Amino acid sequence: MDFNTKFTPHTWPDHPEQATMEGKNKIVGFWIFLACEVVLFASLFATYLALKNKGPAGMEFTTQGLFDLPLAFAMTMLLLTSSLTSVYAIYHMRNFNYKGMQTWLAITLLLGLGFLALEIYEFQHYVHLGFTFDQSAFATAFYTLVGTHGFHVSLGLVWITTLLIRNAKRGLNLYNAPKFFVAALYWHFIDVVWVFIFTAVYLMGVIG
Amino acid sequence: MSSYTQKKGFGAAVWDYITTVDHKKLAVMYLLAGTLFFAIAGFEALLMRIQLMKPNNDFVSAGFFNELLTMHGTTMLFLAATPLLFAFMNMLVPLQIGARDVAFPFLNSLGFWLFFLGAVFLHLSFFMGGAPDAGWTSYASLSLYSPGHGIDFYVLGLQISGAGTLISGLNFIVTIITMRAPGMTFMRMPLFTWTTLVASALILFAFPPLTIGLLMMLVDRMFGGNFFDHTMGGNTVIWEHLFWIFGHPEVYILVLPAFGLFSEIIPAFSRKRLFGYSSMVFATILIGFLGFMVWAHHMFTTGLGPTANAIFAVATMAIAVPTGMKVFNWILTIWGGSIKVTTPMLYALGFIPSFVAGGVTGVMQASAPLDYQLHDSYFIVAHFHYVIVGGIVTALFGSAHFYWPIFFNRMLNEALGKLTFWVFFIGFHLTFFVQHFLGLMGMPRRVFTYMEGQGWDQFNYISTIGALMMGVGVILMVINCLMSIKGKPAGRDPWGDGRTLEWSIPQPIPFYNFRQTPLVRGLDPWWIEKQEGNKEATFAEPIGDIHMPNNSAIPFVISLGLFIAAFGALYNTDADKPWSIYVLIIGLAITFGAMIVRSVKDDHGFHLHKEDILEIEEQLYGKGGNK
Amino acid sequence: MMKGLKKWRLFSLLAVMMVFLSGCGEDYISALKPSGQVGKEQFNLLLLATGIMTLVIVVVSVIYLLAFLKFRRSKVGENVIPKQVEGSHTLEVIWTVIPIILLLILSVPVVTATYKFADVAAMDEVDEAGNKTALTVNVTAKLYWWEFEYPNQGIVTAQELVVPTGQKVYFNLKAADVKHSFWIPAIGGKMDTNVENLNKFYLVFDKESADLKDGVFYGKCAELCGPSHALMDFKVKTVSPEAFDAWVANMKATEGQTASKDSTDLGEATFANSCLACHAVSGVGGTGGVGPNLTTFGDRNRVAGFLEHNEENLKAWIENPGEFKPGNLMMNPEGTAPVYGDLTDEEIQALATYIMGLSVEK
Repeated sequence: MDFNTKFTPHTWPDHPEQATMEGKNKIVGFWIFLACEVVLFASLFATYLALKNKGPAGMEFTTQGLFDLPLAFAMTMLLLTSSLTSVYAIYHMRNFNYKGMQTWLAITLLLGLGFLALEIYEFQHYVHLGFTFDQSAFATAFYTLVGTHGFHVSLGLVWITTLLIRNAKRGLNLYNAPKFFVAALYWHFIDVVWVFIFTAVYLMGVIG
Repeated sequence: MSSYTQKKGFGAAVWDYITTVDHKKLAVMYLLAGTLFFAIAGFEALLMRIQLMKPNNDFVSAGFFNELLTMHGTTMLFLAATPLLFAFMNMLVPLQIGARDVAFPFLNSLGFWLFFLGAVFLHLSFFMGGAPDAGWTSYASLSLYSPGHGIDFYVLGLQISGAGTLISGLNFIVTIITMRAPGMTFMRMPLFTWTTLVASALILFAFPPLTIGLLMMLVDRMFGGNFFDHTMGGNTVIWEHLFWIFGHPEVYILVLPAFGLFSEIIPAFSRKRLFGYSSMVFATILIGFLGFMVWAHHMFTTGLGPTANAIFAVATMAIAVPTGMKVFNWILTIWGGSIKVTTPMLYALGFIPSFVAGGVTGVMQASAPLDYQLHDSYFIVAHFHYVIVGGIVTALFGSAHFYWPIFFNRMLNEALGKLTFWVFFIGFHLTFFVQHFLGLMGMPRRVFTYMEGQGWDQFNYISTIGALMMGVGVILMVINCLMSIKGKPAGRDPWGDGRTLEWSIPQPIPFYNFRQTPLVRGLDPWWIEKQEGNKEATFAEPIGDIHMPNNSAIPFVISLGLFIAAFGALYNTDADKPWSIYVLIIGLAITFGAMIVRSVKDDHGFHLHKEDILEIEEQLYGKGGNK
Repeated sequence: MMKGLKKWRLFSLLAVMMVFLSGCGEDYISALKPSGQVGKEQFNLLLLATGIMTLVIVVVSVIYLLAFLKFRRSKVGENVIPKQVEGSHTLEVIWTVIPIILLLILSVPVVTATYKFADVAAMDEVDEAGNKTALTVNVTAKLYWWEFEYPNQGIVTAQELVVPTGQKVYFNLKAADVKHSFWIPAIGGKMDTNVENLNKFYLVFDKESADLKDGVFYGKCAELCGPSHALMDFKVKTVSPEAFDAWVANMKATEGQTASKDSTDLGEATFANSCLACHAVSGVGGTGGVGPNLTTFGDRNRVAGFLEHNEENLKAWIENPGEFKPGNLMMNPEGTAPVYGDLTDEEIQALATYIMGLSVEK
């Protein structure tokens, strides 16, 4: 099937993202990329757990004293919800409802921005307390792990925004459908990583 | 005259190579770049061997020797062996599975340019204040202590070229999963394609820990991080773990494709299908899997405790079993065959005993208590050179002879090839065999000199003579390659014993590889066709339109941006270089700008119509085509 | 035919070399001539492993050469198409099971020895009086030199380890700056000195070193640690338990020994002015010296761990240590001059005489 074919809701395939060779390749490739990202984050998690609460003699900061569960919980809810809204967006994409997809992706973006704002606030708060990046091995590991995730969120936001702007005028076709699908996959992945951060860093930090 | 067949001027040809996304051209570029770095790293090795030729030598200084040993190891593994194997993967995998290109031609080009510019960046360190000097392992305490920018070059250069390697690995996996021709089931894939698949999967899981390790090193050295500073709660053993979780699979990333190459050469010149194909596939996967379970055997003396050491010792020994399976399968392939001793086959025959010798010393080192003696001594140097030179370099040289006609439609000279083999092979054993004993006699590795009266003088002298012979061998090999420019076109299946699809294509190979997608009817499809008396592969489709990707300069621009940004990051720690931050920003802006251009500009590729194809084939093969 | 023979010859040659070389190396540094229980067991493991591995190499080589000699195209005929054999389950099973059995045979002593060598429980055992029963040495590796502290005896020395024969000597290993590795090849395997944790292991010294060529065993740093990694040698003097006790007593007797700035001896005065800040001359104390403790310098075997032990070398060393051990910390950070500045020839001569005179054995 050609990229430039115009579709109607009736001719639109059930899985538009996989209707072309390029689309299929892109999705297989992206899953493999995510597998590689899993290892990347696993290395960061392992390092964080090894260096948790480690610092120079007499260090005042520990996970227990530092982390604020309600804030982390709010961030978790924002990101989890954004994952759900991106599912809606892909649902509308498959039903050839371009407006619906755009709307839900926009909501996803807003939730993602909210998450990022809270994270920036959190970091600023810690720095204010004196828990700076070079304060201890624990601090370095914490900011690197959570910061790498935050960097992924920002990339995701830029990515989805670019997609929305670029395709604002031209509607869905078999060329951009896989692009939206893959961006949504990425967004889910970011969400899953955050669930692990929430558990391993915040929950186990405060309770464990 | 079609635009596809016009002769190009020099500038246009260069531009063509910078922008190309054709896997065959990229393969040639990988081959040239890999050879360049192989020569550089080999030269570094010679300097080191000359320094160690006699006790108390002052041929090079202590500091420079450490730079040499670091750059030799780093370059050989990351920038010579990897790209040379990528050259063969890029050239052969699409041809072996009957594809017109890889799954992501754009990424293929990006992978090459990232690798190449990262490698150039790393090598510029020699001219910009000193190369890295903490060994290719760059253990954290020493690499943090090391003054100057050497280690920064190592970190940034490997980060960039590592990203390239990762991208290429991903590309090969997707290509092999989705781009196989009709009938090319997984269990009909040539073994080289199989080993490429497994090695690429290893790249995918092994490189991220290195990326993170390098990131942590970068953060510690440039931004005041504390990952490895034990006074701030850091821990240098984390680097050792991350490095070897990457580093051990890296060995298999290199040696598995080498196995694959021999698994192509040996059946071809035995005129017999590979013995135990399915167990070879199984062994490949098993080696790949076990490769991730054994990294701590590089750390037996680090003090992980007896339980960890015992577990990793036994796990490491287990790898000998699938590797042994492979060796016996190769021998049984020869058994009952019809062996023709061509140059590639000679390399394969030399490989088997050399690699077995390297493998068994590996088992000796896996014995943890014995390794307390062997670790970081010259025994280790001997062992891994037996595996790497005896396994990987012989595979590369042998395959260069074997596949030269696929790359360049020319044959290498057989007589010169055999002479090269003997010079190189004898030199190799002379160099490294005695090093086993040097290690047992107490000589630590990575020493820039040694005193008289320790009983090491004679063997070091022999070793240096051997290294010089290897150097002569490499020069002969390069002469052979250059001579082939003047050679006659080789034509289709010039060895006469080709078995897999790549030999079924008429030469020179058109840029779309297959005019019609082939239909694969079994293992060794070209052999099957030849046995049935066919002059051409069976096709799965009539001649029709072919969809091909567009060339693009964006991969080069993205890589160039990172290359520039790396200088900014490198000098960012120097107080007297305030301009560095702007260099960093400009570089990153170029990279991200190019990425945005890539994503907003539609790229649908182009279609090649039947008439174009027939015209191209007439140009290539003469009137009536090469049917 | 010639090529086949060549390879065959090469292999028998290698086999002969193997036998010939197993008795090779110098007995003060070679792991092939072990002089201690740990090293001997490791050597036995080496023989076992080499035996099994040689068997593997021989079997593979024989099958391989037979195949090669029998099935060359010149023999079987140019146009013969061999039977396309798929594989053989029986054979696959055989060459899977036999290696597994061989590896099991090897892994039993491997695992046993791994636990045995790591057993340092006796380190903390005490007698009725509460004194530690085992001899422990705290090793601190520093950039290009070694510090040896005997915590139970309260003494410290550097560069030359003195130990009694015939008993387990326990080691606490640590690095002060970057990672090093502690290795006495003729006595037993190595262990790394990490910067962040103590590593513990033991060695046994069987033979008194007095009969050796230099009267000492050689020790090495086995982990790349900077430009002078190759020169980071130390020496081991093994003596009878009685001689060891005498040595300890002599060391203890140096308590409070120091160099005086007011000394009439130019050497001692210069030492007090220029060297004492980093180098102690009393063997009683703990670790943490900036430079090696010099109490026993006159008894040592080498200057700076690797130069022949004479006044000429010592003088040259004092004049420009960076020339001999690049990157060492006696030089200022720029590496242009020693931290103690330039001394006159007269001062250096006096200093050398003084340092050479520091001894507990003479």
